[in-house]
Amino acid sequence: MPVIHITNRAGTETTLEAESGISVMENLRDNDYEVDAICGGSCACATCHVYIDAAWQSKLAPPEPDEQGLVEDEPTFKPTSRLSCQIEMTDALDGLKLTIAPEA
Amino acid sequence: MSEHIVIVGAGHAGGTLAVQLARAKDRFRITLIGEEAWPPYERPPLSKQFLMGDVPLEKTFLRPETFYADKGIDLRLGTQVTAIDRTARSLTLSGGETLSYDKLALCTGTRVREIPVVGRDLPGVHYIRTIDDTQAIRTVAREGAKVVIAGGGYIGLEAAAALRKMGCEVTVIEMMDRVMARAVAEPVSRFYEAAHRAEGVNLLLETGVAEIGGTDRATHVVDSHGHLHPADLVLVGIGVVPVVELAEAAGLATDDGIIVDSRARTSDPDIFAAGDCTRHPNRILGRDVRLESVQNAVDQARCIANELSDKGADYAEVPWFWSDQFDLKMQMAGLPAPDDQVVVRGEPSTRSFSVFYLRDGRVTGVNAINVGSDYVRGRKWIGEGRDVDSVRLANTEIPIKEV
Ligand SMILES: Cc1cc2nc3c(=O)[nH]c(=O)nc-3n(C[C@H](O)[C@H](O)[C@H](O)COP(=O)(O)OP(=O)(O)OC[C@H]3O[C@@H](n4cnc5c(N)ncnc54)[C@H](O)[C@@H]3O)c2cc1C
Ligand code: FES
Repeated sequence: MPVIHITNRAGTETTLEAESGISVMENLRDNDYEVDAICGGSCACATCHVYIDAAWQSKLAPPEPDEQGLVEDEPTFKPTSRLSCQIEMTDALDGLKLTIAPEA
Repeated sequence: MSEHIVIVGAGHAGGTLAVQLARAKDRFRITLIGEEAWPPYERPPLSKQFLMGDVPLEKTFLRPETFYADKGIDLRLGTQVTAIDRTARSLTLSGGETLSYDKLALCTGTRVREIPVVGRDLPGVHYIRTIDDTQAIRTVAREGAKVVIAGGGYIGLEAAAALRKMGCEVTVIEMMDRVMARAVAEPVSRFYEAAHRAEGVNLLLETGVAEIGGTDRATHVVDSHGHLHPADLVLVGIGVVPVVELAEAAGLATDDGIIVDSRARTSDPDIFAAGDCTRHPNRILGRDVRLESVQNAVDQARCIANELSDKGADYAEVPWFWSDQFDLKMQMAGLPAPDDQVVVRGEPSTRSFSVFYLRDGRVTGVNAINVGSDYVRGRKWIGEGRDVDSVRLANTEIPIKEV
């Protein structure tokens, strides 16, 4: 099982044994990392906003325009921002490091 | 002693509330009661990805089925709450059992409005509200199947789009002179009408359903102009009504919805309500509304969770909603009035444009089709009650951020 290193909103880092083949959002949501993911992964709400550790940026497929449009207008946007529902967890992402963005 | 919170209705609001409360483990004992057989799930995919078979059943669940037990939530499915005794603070369940509560949350949602015509009870006539509904539709909706949809609202149109993609022959019958008339302005309706027709949907406006025909099962629909439409499947999407009977019988105040205040409290201090079933004040909108959206279900559930955790704050959220049809992703925010000024930004023929609604210069709503940044901006402006210049807004050479 690949793992994800997650810094939650309180600033605590934990490691999650993740499931491949589902989104990073689903991994976070289903393990109660306080990611609301209100739209269920339809790229419509931005409540699955995370910051991807700089070292991992290049290993992810770049965001589609609709993801970019939604996330870059979040008040908490940073250049490392992604919507975790748009990232599929794979074994290749073993060790992925991210921080859950504050509630907008 | 932990407080026993009982939640009636294991839908989007009820499920969200249970998840939120479970984060304060020692403080609450949580019982979540739902009459459906499924753990809390998302309804939006029922007329979208799940109807098309693009996502498996479990993907619609709000949380994995095992989540509730893991978090100490007593999830009772297939169980209906039949009465509330407010004096004794107890409930009667469908099995006859009684259950006491310290605080109660009513998250009973809506039920579909039934079509009042001859033939409505025939097999082959379906609504889309539950997983069971969509599963039943999927068994009939094969390639080449003839489907007649009553209602050109967003659910009817989403189903039309999904069923076309599955190779069905689709007819949509809409009473009004344009589709989604309740939700969007005319330019948006016209755009979607053209999009559906281009995809081969037979769309009939200003037309009603007069009768559903058939002997053992529905075989055709007769429209209000007397035309007959053969049908293997009849789908009805003509709106929903709030489920308030339980609240009403218990003497709680209702008015097309359970009446709650800005903290989601009903007229009984021990009883809260959230989601589609409530009529509630919204400071941003400046009036009482009853909304049918995931946003409202989630935000009101949160409002209750905060109130119970002594972090209460008045409910004031900009309503938002989305709809997926074919390759068109529409995101909407606000609740514009029918006579608000309409400003079109961008060219509909590019399949990427937005429509803003203004009242005395202030932004009241936005419908953004395949253009997420306009939606985000519009939603923000609505929350701020911001004035914008309609001429600049209509000019796409000015980036939305600089309007
Ligand atoms: C096909 C479809 C597509 C949709 N698409 C979108 C969309 O794209 N975006 C969006 O924002 N919204 C969408 N919606 C609306 C959204 O799903 C609802 O607003 C949301 O589900 C409301 O949540 P709720 O908890 O208030 O009600 P519900 O989710 O309806 O849950 C209420 C639950 O309470 C149960 N219940 C009622 N009475 C009792 C009782 N006495 N005892 C026990 N259980 C009881 C019901 O069986 C039901 O399971 C869609 C809805 C449908 C049907
Ligand atoms: S879950 Fe809504 S945008 Fe990711």
